[in-house]
Amino acid sequence: MSDTHSMTGVPPAATVATTDTAHKPEEPQLSDKKTSGTVTRPGDRIFSGLATGSGIFIIALIAAVGVFLLWRAIPALSNNTVNFLTYNGAWDTTNTSAMAFGVLDLFLVTVTVSLFALVLAMPVALGIAIYLTNYAPKRVAGPLGYVIDLLAAVPSIVFGLWGLYVLAPAISPFAEWLNSSLSWFPLFSTGSVSIAGGGTIFTGGIVLAVMILPIIAAVTREVFVQTPKGQVEAALALGATRWEVVRTTVIPFGKSGFVSGSMLGLGRALGETIALYIIIRSTQVTFSGSLFDGGSTFATKIALAAGEFNNPLQAGAYIAAGLVLFILTFVVNAGARAAIAGKKD
Amino acid sequence: MNLKRNGALMSAVAISAMLLTACGSDANVATTDGASDSSATCEGKSPLTGEGSSAQQNAMSNFTSIYSSVCPGKAVEYTTSGSGNGRTQFVAGLVDFAGSDSAIKDDQAAQAAVRCDNNPAWNLPLVFGPVAVAYNLDGVDKVVLNPNVIAQIFTGQITTWNDPAIAALNEGVSLPSTAITPVYRSDSSGTSDNFQRFLSASAPQAWTLSHSSDWAGGVGEGANGSSGVAQAVAATPGSITYVEKGFADQESLGTADIDFGNGAVELNSETAGKAIDDAQFQGQGNDLVIDIDALYASNAADTYPLVLGTYEIVCSNGYDAETSAAIKSFLVSAANEGQQGLEAAGYVPLPETFKERLITAIEAIG
Repeated sequence: MSDTHSMTGVPPAATVATTDTAHKPEEPQLSDKKTSGTVTRPGDRIFSGLATGSGIFIIALIAAVGVFLLWRAIPALSNNTVNFLTYNGAWDTTNTSAMAFGVLDLFLVTVTVSLFALVLAMPVALGIAIYLTNYAPKRVAGPLGYVIDLLAAVPSIVFGLWGLYVLAPAISPFAEWLNSSLSWFPLFSTGSVSIAGGGTIFTGGIVLAVMILPIIAAVTREVFVQTPKGQVEAALALGATRWEVVRTTVIPFGKSGFVSGSMLGLGRALGETIALYIIIRSTQVTFSGSLFDGGSTFATKIALAAGEFNNPLQAGAYIAAGLVLFILTFVVNAGARAAIAGKKD
Repeated sequence: MNLKRNGALMSAVAISAMLLTACGSDANVATTDGASDSSATCEGKSPLTGEGSSAQQNAMSNFTSIYSSVCPGKAVEYTTSGSGNGRTQFVAGLVDFAGSDSAIKDDQAAQAAVRCDNNPAWNLPLVFGPVAVAYNLDGVDKVVLNPNVIAQIFTGQITTWNDPAIAALNEGVSLPSTAITPVYRSDSSGTSDNFQRFLSASAPQAWTLSHSSDWAGGVGEGANGSSGVAQAVAATPGSITYVEKGFADQESLGTADIDFGNGAVELNSETAGKAIDDAQFQGQGNDLVIDIDALYASNAADTYPLVLGTYEIVCSNGYDAETSAAIKSFLVSAANEGQQGLEAAGYVPLPETFKERLITAIEAIG
């Protein structure tokens, strides 16, 4: 939020630019002093120990989660009679000595609903970020940015209930229209659950889009705000309109930030549990690739069964699914980090 | 942002606390007249702890609030976490009793015996929830179905409401050609298990699938929880589901009359109570496991056997004196004055003879 004061600074760019340059040379000097200092007081050692400890702790924690998932999943996987990665039939863990479970459908549903949400959220988030950094008057930009952050603080159970009771009935005529007039397009073909009932991936994806919107918008705004003032002024000096300034300076500069923000949003979408748990109906047929299908994501599948785990092997089957989700979100977040790191070089 | 989230949490907690108090005072009002003939001894430790079945949740809150008004200062804490969890916690000795949709058996019963100082655990069927076959069909007031037709609907062999098999049971009713959408419980639940057992006992030709707490029907769409399936049916024209009657009533869904073999039977406390009175027990002594397959296969006139019998799982012996006294006191109270208000909460009050048998078992706890 502290950046908002300088975010719209296109007209008074000269003053902002001078203060920026006045700050920058100081920082290296400060850090030089610290690193070359020979005096080490007890406070230094304690503080560095605490900081290092915190860093190691979080790595150990993540490793522990991974090890726990593996440790609980392996016995169940060894009792699995089908291929864990490619089986998409009924999830059967009743007979624990010969279980049949696979994650293909969970993977497809999770990825479909998350990507659909991402496709909806990305353009809107980009628009919000550009508006806040380049178009909005200061008076509007501050409160609006605040409201968008507030959206991220709404608990997902609230989004879930809103999706089920308000959004689903409201969009069902539109969904039915899409299905009846565009059913030749695979995404809009008739799926496995009733469109009138609203428990589709379509509804779930829209709710998910609203949930990840503030994350993408916030990250993108933070990056856009750092567009070098010199470039903006140069574009303005060459007679660029505001749209041309955005197109030639802000977007090229902030593209990687936008991409990494979207990846963080995707990571959130992949693991979202309670909203989809409430909205999307599960089915007993395999995923057909339509947005009007129902189904279960990794997270909802586990949540639905968690109350009735009777023994470690049965629980292990679900933990194995959790392991796949863990790896998937890990890869997506690592991708987001890589995109940010790539930008810094 | 943390502050805001905490604020939202706090207000949610505050609101639910208010709701809870509201429920509590309701039940208290209901009991004042019945408190005089209380049979509870009000002895033993407080709080008594229980955990398990969510199907018992509303009945338990009825029992516990009545119990603490009959026995001031005595409390029972029942955690709703699912039957499987309840049994696990009971076996681990973390709670005094478990609420479960199915009886404890096999390995788990052996483990429970260890927990009970080498005394067997008893299953006491205290709470009965009638399961309605609820539907959403515009312009049709009453539908009669039979187990065979229900099994065929839930396996996708009957797909429209004007199917000849349904029409034959509903002469004089004009049925629309709406497609049938079966809605099942997507979460693991005792209701799914019992409904599937009912179908395999009463319609063995049409329902050949196995039963477990996961739904095996193969068609339709799943929603989670009793309130979830009821909501799904209310939102989806032409849909049908199996759900505890209280939830169907909340969403004002139609509930089918079922022809078990001797004429259509409406679901109400009398028809369901008759079925409970007729129930036979599997074992001997005070471990009152209901022979559920025989119950579900029964077809006496004006009897509605599709009820979900849920158990309190207790140690037959081996509790310390304080716990044992508290368990007996609470369960006796639940079986007597606790029955008030159960019908409004969507359960079947225990019929008289059945109740006496149950109390005999409760008194025998050592």
